[in-house]
Amino acid sequence: MSLLSDLINLDLSDTTEKIIAEYIWIGGSGLDLRSKARTLPGPVTDPAQLPRWNYDGSSTGQAPGEDSEVIIYPQAIFKDPFRRGNNILVMCDAYTPAGEPIPTNKRFDAAKVFSHHDVVAEEPWYGIEQEYTLLQKDVKWPLGWPVGGYPGPQGPYYCGVGADKALGRDIVDSHYKACLYAGINISGINGEVMPGQWEFQVGPAVGISAGDELWVARYILERITEIAGVVLSFDPKPIQGDWNGAGAHTNYSTNSMRNDGGFEVIKKAIEKLGLRHKEHIAAYGEGNERRLTGRHETADINTFCWGVANRGASIRVGRDTEKAGKGYFEDRRPASNMDPYVVTSMIAETTILWKP
Amino acid sequence: MSLLSDLINLNLSETTEKVIAEYIWIGGSGMDIRSKARTLPGPVSDPAKLPKWNYDGSSTGQAPGEDSEVILYPQAIFRDPFRRGHNILVMCDAYTPAGEPIPTNKRFDAAKVFTNPDVAAEEPWYGIEQEYTLLQRDVKWPIGWPKGGYPGPQGPYYCGVGADKAFGRDIVNSHYKACLYAGINISGINGEVMPGQWEFQVGPAVGISAGDELWVARYILERVTEIAGVVVSFDPKPIEGDWNGAGAHTNYSTKSMRNDGGYEVIKKAIEKLGLKHKEHIAAYGEGNERRLTGKHETADINNFSWGVANRGASIRVGRETEKAGKGYFEDRRPASSMDPYVVTSMIAETTILWHP
Repeated sequence: MSLLSDLINLDLSDTTEKIIAEYIWIGGSGLDLRSKARTLPGPVTDPAQLPRWNYDGSSTGQAPGEDSEVIIYPQAIFKDPFRRGNNILVMCDAYTPAGEPIPTNKRFDAAKVFSHHDVVAEEPWYGIEQEYTLLQKDVKWPLGWPVGGYPGPQGPYYCGVGADKALGRDIVDSHYKACLYAGINISGINGEVMPGQWEFQVGPAVGISAGDELWVARYILERITEIAGVVLSFDPKPIQGDWNGAGAHTNYSTNSMRNDGGFEVIKKAIEKLGLRHKEHIAAYGEGNERRLTGRHETADINTFCWGVANRGASIRVGRDTEKAGKGYFEDRRPASNMDPYVVTSMIAETTILWKP
Repeated sequence: MSLLSDLINLNLSETTEKVIAEYIWIGGSGMDIRSKARTLPGPVSDPAKLPKWNYDGSSTGQAPGEDSEVILYPQAIFRDPFRRGHNILVMCDAYTPAGEPIPTNKRFDAAKVFTNPDVAAEEPWYGIEQEYTLLQRDVKWPIGWPKGGYPGPQGPYYCGVGADKAFGRDIVNSHYKACLYAGINISGINGEVMPGQWEFQVGPAVGISAGDELWVARYILERVTEIAGVVVSFDPKPIEGDWNGAGAHTNYSTKSMRNDGGYEVIKKAIEKLGLKHKEHIAAYGEGNERRLTGKHETADINNFSWGVANRGASIRVGRETEKAGKGYFEDRRPASSMDPYVVTSMIAETTILWHP
């Protein structure tokens, strides 16, 4: 395939000013990512300078056939790690031709929360730990697991090294560099407790950008697994039994929490989250009840509890935060398939705007 | 997969100042190596400038779930041969949040020995010969060996050449260059007596750095075998019967031994080691009794002996050391599974600090 690689890797900047923009949006299930590309006359760095576009919503479960156009508004630009050069990825959200956000557009309401004066003043930071599982393409069984059987029990795989412990590192490492290239604030990666399961972290990101960056990081990951011939799963409990689930722990802080006296602000925020536990859980991802069992480093879905350094709690506060008297906390409840626009804005809304 | 290679090999220095640091530590068995990566804002060459980090000790058998944080202290930096650029590998040791070394942290006590003024004055040098066996991934039988059978008896394989004598040279040679790239003091490699078994040597390294360099060399080896789809074993007697075991012969000298009159100092040191034979053997690696049988170029585990050019002795002194009247000696007792922090510091402690 070397001739194909030559073509894919052509550096067009010698021959033309034109660039390619890949517009990305979220489809009808709320978790399926879609994209298509268009040529632009020259480089663009400001999303406001990009043209709006449209797609066939009747093919993504987002519009009826007789009125199928859904309009996409460009919201954030990243460098394209696949086409490189001046080519870009564009994260968009979706509207009716009349200008109303369509029902699956969760970014719109999140942006309203994040532009609220009180929320802006608190400058909410997010660090999202996205866990995911890699599956063999034809049998939907995790990568590296024997077909018709199971690997040795959990223990050696967390941050493990070696052909019998780390399955799929190529994908994880290329994703890390691709995201850094794209301009995504990817802060780290690690192998997870279940073999074939991995995690990357995005953050700290402020307000609405946390959601934009996580969605584009997910898109880049799905493009990379596509190249590798492997299937990506964000299911929160891909394998039943004595195997860990996959979460999207969301680390959070505000200005007040990061400053002196922050630990008290944190405790009050956690209290408010506890009073709205059911509402948050309902919005924290489908299938989470299969994952939040109280075992495998989770807290039971019906119980709200918090603790320092406690991985079996709903919310964990780090030891360094306790020691410094300020910092951030980790909401461990969101599932790997959560929508970051929903989760980040809901945490901000409950802790900053809502009064019990 | 060439597109995946393009991404893995992306040179990020054109697009960002950010650097990826892979933090490495030893897990709960004392032999399992773990690692995870984080993004840093710019290049770092001094371990003291790197941030401390933490990991989930409950997933590595090193902490309970309700108090799971184990803190990593960066101790040594090496260049990352996999990510290249300004990216780094960081060898760490592990502490409780209160600042106490956790029980499996053997580096802490070793560092105390090496900072003792009497030991520092003697400038102890180490050359460690790490032997290891390469196994097929799915059946845990050495690579190149027929499944359900055995290769021809030992004889042709030591330093051998040819497809029927050298199994896995790709791994050995890429490991050699990767270690040199990383800045590890790797002094050589050779094929070993048992087919599928190899050796590399690290040294001369002074004091605590011998342990740091050997552990990172082991990590790099496990990463290389992971890429090759082969499993590395540090078991001291992987195959029972007329097949050699795997050791980690430790060559050692102090200033006094390297200077004129050194041969007498060497003899006195060997005498002291003989008086503490049982204590050393207990710390020289699990499973060593299967290897130190008195056959296959070993001395029996219960006997202490030494000799010039004698590979059947516990300690061997080279002919050139005897001739020059100064030099170094080789402790042949440690198993391939030994912890170099323990072995190097124990040899220094017994020969320099201990008085019978």
